[in-house]
Amino acid sequence: MAMNTPRQTSHIKREILVRLIKAFYSDNFGENARLIPYKMRPKDYEVAYRCCVYKERAILRDRTIAGLGLSIEDTDDSIHMAELAEKVLERKQPEEHPLTVLQTACKGCVPSRIYVTDLCQGCVARPCVNTCKFGAITVKNGKSVIDPEKCKNCGMCAQVCPYQAITKIIVPCESACPVGAIAKDENGHARIDFEKCISCGKCVSACPFGAVHEKSQIIDVLKQIKAGKKLIAMVAPAMFGQLPCSPKQLKAAIMELGFADVYEVAQGADVTTKNEAEEFEERLMKGAEFMTTSCCAGYNELVDKLVPELKPFRSETKTPLYYTAEIVKKEHPDAVTVFFSPCVAKRREALKNPDVDYVLNYEEVGAWFIARNIKVEDCGEAAFKTEASAEARNYAVTGGVANAVKSLLPEELPTYPVVIDGLNKQSIRDLKKYAKNGVCELGNLIEVMACTGGCLGGNATVNAFKPALKQLTNYVNESKHLKETEKVENK
Amino acid sequence: MDKKISVKVCLGTTCFVMGSANLQELIETVPAKYGDKVDVSGVPCLGLCSIDWEFSKAPYVKVDDEVIKEATVEKVLKAIDEKLK
Ligand code: SF4
Ligand code: SF4
Ligand code: FES
Repeated sequence: MAMNTPRQTSHIKREILVRLIKAFYSDNFGENARLIPYKMRPKDYEVAYRCCVYKERAILRDRTIAGLGLSIEDTDDSIHMAELAEKVLERKQPEEHPLTVLQTACKGCVPSRIYVTDLCQGCVARPCVNTCKFGAITVKNGKSVIDPEKCKNCGMCAQVCPYQAITKIIVPCESACPVGAIAKDENGHARIDFEKCISCGKCVSACPFGAVHEKSQIIDVLKQIKAGKKLIAMVAPAMFGQLPCSPKQLKAAIMELGFADVYEVAQGADVTTKNEAEEFEERLMKGAEFMTTSCCAGYNELVDKLVPELKPFRSETKTPLYYTAEIVKKEHPDAVTVFFSPCVAKRREALKNPDVDYVLNYEEVGAWFIARNIKVEDCGEAAFKTEASAEARNYAVTGGVANAVKSLLPEELPTYPVVIDGLNKQSIRDLKKYAKNGVCELGNLIEVMACTGGCLGGNATVNAFKPALKQLTNYVNESKHLKETEKVENK
Repeated sequence: MDKKISVKVCLGTTCFVMGSANLQELIETVPAKYGDKVDVSGVPCLGLCSIDWEFSKAPYVKVDDEVIKEATVEKVLKAIDEKLK
């Protein structure tokens, strides 16, 4: 399972973010942003990945453009970088679609096709030739040759070769995308079809060239801080497994960045749990066969855009972010709200919710700490005004949402949780089948998480999955159960 | 020749964000591989990241006195193997 593997490309993306943030705090943002590619690849630099230092700089420039929150595809090459950076300072709103592809980086990645390797023995049986329904294979000079004009990429020949000499070359982003939204165009450049894309972020993690970028909103947030606005951070539960510090130290560290207060999104998750438990019970009473959760933004995009037949089965309850943002805006009508997110999908959700002004992911927050020289492990502790429950804090782990809901349901209610641990082609087929048949054989409370492992497996996390899980679980274990906190409230 | 090799994986904020989060597995795999010939631990900021622009060379790992920049699991294992030769 490819969850958060260490990557050179994450290093480059984070380094650019740190440099951009430092540039913002310097006395000449535009000029220092322009210099980023030159600082990273100075004249005498030994070229690491590409043909020459100029190409590498061009690519770094494009990555910086994504860091500025702009679309790489739509940005004119000839515009001076300093000018772009200055323009971004005037932007009122983040761009609509959160992803952009650095197409020049795609060049090294060959289009998906069937390929005969040197292992081909030119055998007498030639099952490949006989199996191919399209007559695409002939033997020349004792080796099988595929005619690309005729080949339909079915892969049958690869399956029958006794030497396993034929392989299918895959395009990582294409094979990672659960909905077929990204593909190489005629020029070999990956393109995202935004009509289909559900912003799950899987292509971001899958691309070995780091070509798919999130459009960052870091500059927008920094601008608000500089303008002296009152900013409030809303931190998703997954964040408490991300950095080498305690939850209270994290809060103190975030306040040091210039935030006025920090709320746990788990606080809103407690509202989600209560509403969803009530809704589930009501639905069952009315004879419903199953209900799916509704907290994962990637899943919500899937239902809204591509699988509308699931709508009647999806809970009407709002997401933890929704309730948290509502609470924050009620308590602080003058505040600018920033959600700290593990994934790209939440950017889409935030765009539709006027209570959420900006979204930063964990890479960006991490880069911000580095740029400001804040060592989270040395920070003091700041307590949260409202403590969330153990169940809510465990929303970030696959199975956590269903468990939370179940914990509030009466024992006698027949509740059978099912967990969809990550959206992929197969699990989407399963979900469609449940919707079509109106029933799920495996259970009646279906939790859907777009990311494998839950939010801790999000594309923009910083910590590796296992240690993140351990750290978050410690936090969960020292928290009160939702039922206990309920009792206190009702007294 | 029975002095233990010491491996210090920096888990300070800078190194952590720049990639040592993914080096934490060394803390389990190194003892499994080398037994008591190597002492491995996660340590707070080694103080290398804040010098000028050296954050960009993080994560850092120290194998005895040798500083490994932009450390990866492979680089660290290679350095240990060298020392053991
Ligand atoms: S995996 Fe996709 S985005 Fe990455 S280089 Fe290949 S085609 Fe481009
Ligand atoms: S974000 Fe997800 S849905 Fe969109 S192109 Fe990438 S893999 Fe496909
Ligand atoms: S955080 Fe590793 S040297 Fe400072």
